[in-house]
Amino acid sequence: MSKPFLKIEHVDKSFSRGAMTNEVLKDVSLEVNEGEYISIIGHSGCGKSTLLNIVAGLTEATKGVVFLEGKVVDEPGPDRAVVFQNHSLLPWLTCYENVALAVDKVFGRSKTKAERHDWVMHKLKLVHMEHAKDRRPSEISGGMKQRIGIARALAMQPKVLLLDEPFGALDALTRTHLQDQVMQIQTELKNTVLMITHDVDEAVLLSDRIVMMTNGPSARIGEILDVNLPRPRKRLELVSDRNYIAARAAVLKFLYERHRFVEAA
Amino acid sequence: MTQSAAAAANVTPLKPTPQASATVVALPQPKKSLFDARTKTRALELAATVVPPIVTIAALLLLWEMLCSSPSSSLPAPSTVISDTWELIANPFYDNGGNDKGLGWQLYASLKRVALGYALAAVAGVALGALVGGSTWAMRGLDPVFQVLRTIPPLAWLPLSLAAFRDGEPSAIFVIFITAIWPVIINTAVGIRNIPQDYKNVAQVLRLNPIEYFTKIMLPAAAPYIFTGLRIGIGLSWLAIVAAEMLIGGVGIGFFIWDAWNSSRISDIILALIYVGAVGYVLDRLVALVAAAVTRGTAAS
Repeated sequence: MSKPFLKIEHVDKSFSRGAMTNEVLKDVSLEVNEGEYISIIGHSGCGKSTLLNIVAGLTEATKGVVFLEGKVVDEPGPDRAVVFQNHSLLPWLTCYENVALAVDKVFGRSKTKAERHDWVMHKLKLVHMEHAKDRRPSEISGGMKQRIGIARALAMQPKVLLLDEPFGALDALTRTHLQDQVMQIQTELKNTVLMITHDVDEAVLLSDRIVMMTNGPSARIGEILDVNLPRPRKRLELVSDRNYIAARAAVLKFLYERHRFVEAA
Repeated sequence: MTQSAAAAANVTPLKPTPQASATVVALPQPKKSLFDARTKTRALELAATVVPPIVTIAALLLLWEMLCSSPSSSLPAPSTVISDTWELIANPFYDNGGNDKGLGWQLYASLKRVALGYALAAVAGVALGALVGGSTWAMRGLDPVFQVLRTIPPLAWLPLSLAAFRDGEPSAIFVIFITAIWPVIINTAVGIRNIPQDYKNVAQVLRLNPIEYFTKIMLPAAAPYIFTGLRIGIGLSWLAIVAAEMLIGGVGIGFFIWDAWNSSRISDIILALIYVGAVGYVLDRLVALVAAAVTRGTAAS
């Protein structure tokens, strides 16, 4: 075991409006190793997106610290690239330009113009979108937009890739397709990934570990499940795999037992 | 015939069976008739847009001619206008020195003032709008001032600017500026306040500096709003210039109209009004065209 690559230490987050204080996260600690794929799962409103935004630096933690490679995270940056749920592509730029904006900003000094062009094209090829490079986001489907979003994030060569329910807004077929693509890219690039999801199958299929959050307010990490499935994983073979079924059952059990527990309290 | 032969020639090397040549023949036929139908519908569409305004204009001219053809009428009929002003229509660019210039020169002088005042208003308006839209404190401080100042009628500024500049030319330009700037400021501010959080997040993750943020996110995201302001602004500028020129005198379409009134050349006034309307229309279309070209694809998806 190497030393933790990404470390979330005793993070609290509360939003206050006037005298009302709403505690969203309570004492969340998590250590992520390099190259690990972590899913954070929980019911909606449990603050999982808030946690991701804190790691991204877009939201400030009320208490606690996030370390990346031993350094404190206190502002957003391309070393923690985010794939947003609603893709967040700039509609006035073509797909190529959307990725190039990130590449030019991150590698403007370290790469020549030709190298940057090749870099953009390589990332577009990685998500199989090179054919649509000159189209604008309004001219392509939701799944394609999300693929460009992933290409843009990968193009920043981030230390941690943050995925905020990346497949949430997509239909089931497109989602399956993109999950397979992300798995394939993950095998190739071995990124460290932190993914928010509320889809149990998705979490089990993609992750090395699944972090299960309790319900808000004052959500915390309830349980962490190791997913012991060899890679590369094949969706169809896993359906009858014992470990897969066990992991899936464990997550479902947590979500529904915990849900009932909180409502009773 | 030649097409099918060529197609057959293309097919043979791939599949050396002779069946292929028979299937190709049918294609060119429907394609040609489809093209005919398309030109026909296009011609019909064109007629549908062009014919109604022509009919309306013809009817209005006829009504005007009937109403004003009696000798006791105080206003000239269209036929009289054309015969009275034929010299002006035929020679738009004559120059007899002083104010005695063709309508082309008069319009040119007015357009030059509008161009300068409007350009200044566009630049200052976008800058101030960005400030007001971007900073809560700037909005709290400036917005009430803007809301009061923008209700002042353009011409009310003229005496003050004459006092300040002691010259008609900069005063007229200032009146255009102060007329056109308010819609630009207000619309730009609204556009910038409405930039989605998503784009701001992208900018933050990429660590865009303020200049990059302004040019790469703020301006394109607010462009549809900015152009709404610019389009209102150009209309108001053209409204204000005619009135301002009536007061400051010199060369310009506004003073031309006032001068024509003072020498009872009613036909000249009517011709000038038609020109003013046409130029105003062209200016509006120009800004709209630029807006369409610049904001292509900006509509959120």
